[in-house]
Amino acid sequence: MPSQLKAPELSKVDQERLAQSGIDLAMKNRCGSYLQMDQEVVHAECMQEGMEVLSYKKAMEKYDWLKEYNWKVVSSEKDDVTKYVAAQKEPKGYVIIAHKGSSNILPIQACLFLGRDQIQHVHNIIIAEEDSELHIISGCTSGAHVGKGGAHYGISEFYVKKNAKISFTMIHTWSENIEVYPRSASRVEENGVFLSNYVCMHPVKKVQMYPTATLSGENSVARFSSIVIASPTSYMDLGSRAILEGKGSSAELITRAITKGGTIISRGHIQGKTAGTRGHLECKGLILQDGMIYAIPEIEGSVVGTELSHEAAVGKLARDEIEYLMSRGLDEDEATATIIRGFLDVKITGLPDALQKQIDATIDVAEKAGF
Amino acid sequence: MLHIEDLHVKVGEKEVLHDINLHINEGETHVLLGPNGSGKTTLLMTIMGFSNYTITEGKILFKGEDVTKMHAHERAKRGMGMLFQRPPTISGLKLGKILTAISHDKGENIPELARSVHMDGFLERDINKGFSGGEIKRSEVLQLLIQNPDFIMLDEPESGVDLENISLIGAAIGSLLEKDKHIIKRQKSGLVITHTGYILDYLETDRGHVMCDGQIKCHGNPREILMDIKQRGYKECLECRHN
Repeated sequence: MPSQLKAPELSKVDQERLAQSGIDLAMKNRCGSYLQMDQEVVHAECMQEGMEVLSYKKAMEKYDWLKEYNWKVVSSEKDDVTKYVAAQKEPKGYVIIAHKGSSNILPIQACLFLGRDQIQHVHNIIIAEEDSELHIISGCTSGAHVGKGGAHYGISEFYVKKNAKISFTMIHTWSENIEVYPRSASRVEENGVFLSNYVCMHPVKKVQMYPTATLSGENSVARFSSIVIASPTSYMDLGSRAILEGKGSSAELITRAITKGGTIISRGHIQGKTAGTRGHLECKGLILQDGMIYAIPEIEGSVVGTELSHEAAVGKLARDEIEYLMSRGLDEDEATATIIRGFLDVKITGLPDALQKQIDATIDVAEKAGF
Repeated sequence: MLHIEDLHVKVGEKEVLHDINLHINEGETHVLLGPNGSGKTTLLMTIMGFSNYTITEGKILFKGEDVTKMHAHERAKRGMGMLFQRPPTISGLKLGKILTAISHDKGENIPELARSVHMDGFLERDINKGFSGGEIKRSEVLQLLIQNPDFIMLDEPESGVDLENISLIGAAIGSLLEKDKHIIKRQKSGLVITHTGYILDYLETDRGHVMCDGQIKCHGNPREILMDIKQRGYKECLECRHN
């Protein structure tokens, strides 16, 4: 049995916030854990055979070859965030390696907890070697009482090798005074599958991210799914990009966005560079209170034989749907929440049950609070 | 059970129902016949409490209580239910989830009830998305089986449904309306809209009404009225000045 996560300084409220982000402190349904509180690595362990969870520092000491994966799909010169992280004398973050042929049914959890006023920085490298299958849940959260606020700078580099699969489910539970700048990219080789899921039901001051998957291998697949709610003070600039290079590669970018008064910019970009590639982009937005949902879907095909499509829709809750449920005995609030819950219900192909349930549970908590 | 007095209803700026009077006793099932566009659905939606339908005069009493100003869910909680002719498709919302919400943990056996109307394979489907005519009606009946109302309004239960499904739906509605019980023991009431009358082959009704141009023009034995309409069409009804 893996040992329980010890986070002695955490209050009950903060433990609850971790649980809402998918972090299982009891480690019952997880096969490994990484826990970083502010800049301190508290825990890094993996019980799954063939898999390793290491701090960035330890991993770099242990494996000389990791240099080949360091700042390779994300450029350290990309912007101020990457430059800031690259300039750190003591880089933090985790390295997760699924060695050749390994697989986990119970996911590895990575928890990044921001407790004090500051910038938390991490640099993560995730590698799924040939024929491996790696599932990760990443819970990012801040303490309920982070004084003046803070920021999280997170670099994540994913490498999906031949016939390998990574699913990465990130659940954010930040606060109204936290700014978040993930910078992540992935490279997917032949027959590789990369699933990236993002759920944010809680207020945040600002999130800005635009993860990119380069599908370099033949028949490689990427699916990005984002389920987000913007509170009145939230500014969420989100996007995902897939570059279809390998013959027969395909990508699907799906977003469900709800604003309760905040701003959501939902970007998406699929580039079809090779014949036999397919890509689809879908953004559905619901405006519950005046705010903004700005969908910017881009599809860019440059060869004969690439098939790309997109659909984007922004609307309101339909009165006839609400009243239909009211005629079955649900009051207006119950009917509204039931319809919103349905709107957010995205079933992700290829995701293990445990992770789909975790995503559902996170949305259920928001539903119980009346969204 | 239901008592409607001098009801006038507007949709938008236009009055579409004029001076409706209708009385349905406990245990009775009535049928409302009338050509397309005569106001039958408007009457049902008004009784159910949909907000698009504004009552300008008159009142609706349900089980002796004035429900004229109540919201739809308050009427549903008091025992009203409706089978919709064209219910909305709600993207992402699973039929099973709606059934759970309707049951309010009352302990109904949802899978068993679903099987009884051949809808057990649809619980994980988005409600009405890609459903055939028969599947829509079976989903509606299933929701009513769980809701178990005392007064059920049925808006064209046979439209878009093949013969096999009509008999299944007719039987399920019959059991909802306690048709299996002796007439004096029946407590459930119903109001069925039909313009073809096919459903009456599968569902016994006690009294008929004909609606034209937003008015109920006549009342009588449902089979006689239907026979009349089958022979002569609605032309005479439209020309009828009797009120």
